[in-house]
Amino acid sequence: MNIFVCVKKVPDTETVIKIAADNRSIETAGVKFIVSPYDEFAVEQGLRIKEKLNAGEVTVLSHGDADSAPVVRNALAMGADKAIHVKDDSKDIDTFSSATALANALKGVKFDMVLFGKQAIDDDSCQVGSMVARLLDIPFVGVVTKMEVEGTKVICHREVEGGHEVVEVQLPAAFSCQKGLNEPRYPSLKGIMAAKKKPLEEKAPERPAASVTPMKLEYPPSRPPGKIVGNGVEAVPELVRLLHEEAKVI
Amino acid sequence: MPDFIVFVEIKDGKAKKPSLEAVSEASRLAAGGKVTAVAIGSGVAQAAQEAAYFGATDLVIYDDAQLKQYSNEGYARIMSEVAATAKPSAIFFAATATGKDLSAMLGGFMATSVAADCTVVKMDGGVFSVRRPVFAGKAILTCGFAKSPVIISLRPNVFALNPPDASRKAAADNRKFALTPKDLRAVVKEFVTSGVKKIELTEANVIVSGGRGMKGPENYPVIEELASVLHAAVGASRAAVDAGWRPHEDQVGQTGKTVSPTLYIACGISGAIQHLAGMSSSKYIVAINKDPDAPIFKVANYGIVGDLFQVVPALTAEFKKHL
Repeated sequence: MNIFVCVKKVPDTETVIKIAADNRSIETAGVKFIVSPYDEFAVEQGLRIKEKLNAGEVTVLSHGDADSAPVVRNALAMGADKAIHVKDDSKDIDTFSSATALANALKGVKFDMVLFGKQAIDDDSCQVGSMVARLLDIPFVGVVTKMEVEGTKVICHREVEGGHEVVEVQLPAAFSCQKGLNEPRYPSLKGIMAAKKKPLEEKAPERPAASVTPMKLEYPPSRPPGKIVGNGVEAVPELVRLLHEEAKVI
Repeated sequence: MPDFIVFVEIKDGKAKKPSLEAVSEASRLAAGGKVTAVAIGSGVAQAAQEAAYFGATDLVIYDDAQLKQYSNEGYARIMSEVAATAKPSAIFFAATATGKDLSAMLGGFMATSVAADCTVVKMDGGVFSVRRPVFAGKAILTCGFAKSPVIISLRPNVFALNPPDASRKAAADNRKFALTPKDLRAVVKEFVTSGVKKIELTEANVIVSGGRGMKGPENYPVIEELASVLHAAVGASRAAVDAGWRPHEDQVGQTGKTVSPTLYIACGISGAIQHLAGMSSSKYIVAINKDPDAPIFKVANYGIVGDLFQVVPALTAEFKKHL
């Protein structure tokens, strides 16, 4: 079973975002980059499937600039076998152009399953997995919270409002992973050392220009200063009054 | 002349509110132009008419037993066929679970990206621009488009519904699409409800949320009662979900749901950056916390410093008096 897992380098969730001088991107100096959290579920899932079958290979695939390489090594440290880094320094990348770069990197490659996180926590677009699947002409199931592989059949749970859908699909197929699918392992020291020697192939990006173009990046409107209405139970009538008369929400 | 398509999601025989919000926004932008609502499924023709009440000028309906269960490839092929004949300048979706999934698949078919989960849409002389939260809402990105048609999904509970006019009727074009097995490779076998019928967090107007300060799952009835009085949805912080007190679908935050209610009441939630990312676009935030230095008080419009186990029941009682 050849499993490919796409990972993206993103700023750590603790990062206080600072807008760069170009007003279209973020300041990256001093930012700690990590594997996007949802992508970790994807790496973990690939590893578990391989371990359960006691066969196959997990390859990590990433499209991004030079800062992606250490992040890819972290995925290798979790236990993936090898990696492909589609190295791209351009800022003129959107979801479809990135999906094209990833799909083209898999041209001529034999794969059974391609895994993604449900969204990257920088762009929050939730599209690349689906688009890569389309370009590879394989079916796609997104936001997967449970997955059972039986031979070439996969039965998964897809999270939707109010519950989940049970979806059945034949491999080869692509999936995006949601929190709750598994608990990603921490790389062991042994894994971190081994990762340094695992093959990391660099490829040039083959992709179109962006169709959705960033024009301006801004901070969200700052909230008006709030007030502590009071302490304890005594403050309750005043809070309700304010919500009714001032905020007019109740 | 503006010419837009809006995908209308039908569930349980009714058009979903976020889809009607998308129809409303499309009709405002069209300002007299054409807004075609597209409904796909089985037994959807009647619900599709609701789109007309909110501003759709035309309806395209694909109603077939074969389409009863959602299939992203099948529905996307249908949408791209509609787009190929209608040649719209924009295609709108609500950014619901299905909307996000379907719009992305359609983008793949049409070789164009989707501007996803937008909170503002502008059209100036036929040129579109949108604003969308990125970095879990820590920044807002304004985007333009280099291709046409543009595909845009709209964040639920942000765009106002037009006042509905039930006397409006739109001409319904009933169409057929011959699906092949290739279109139905990933088909929904069944929908399994998560149990108790809950108000969906991403569509709720009022949310009451409990965090680490709740101290355990057995204490959530305290906020569930408040939520009941306010007709609110119940949310949770990551701490509460990771502790196993609440299901993941209740989690508000960076690795949970992004919500945009009119009122968000945070109980025993400290206000970590990752939680704020999920709820900071709430119109009004109320915080109840024992710790006067909790970061949540910096974003809250109104705060009460105190023991939530005393304050929340008192709040419930006070609301009951007035509502």
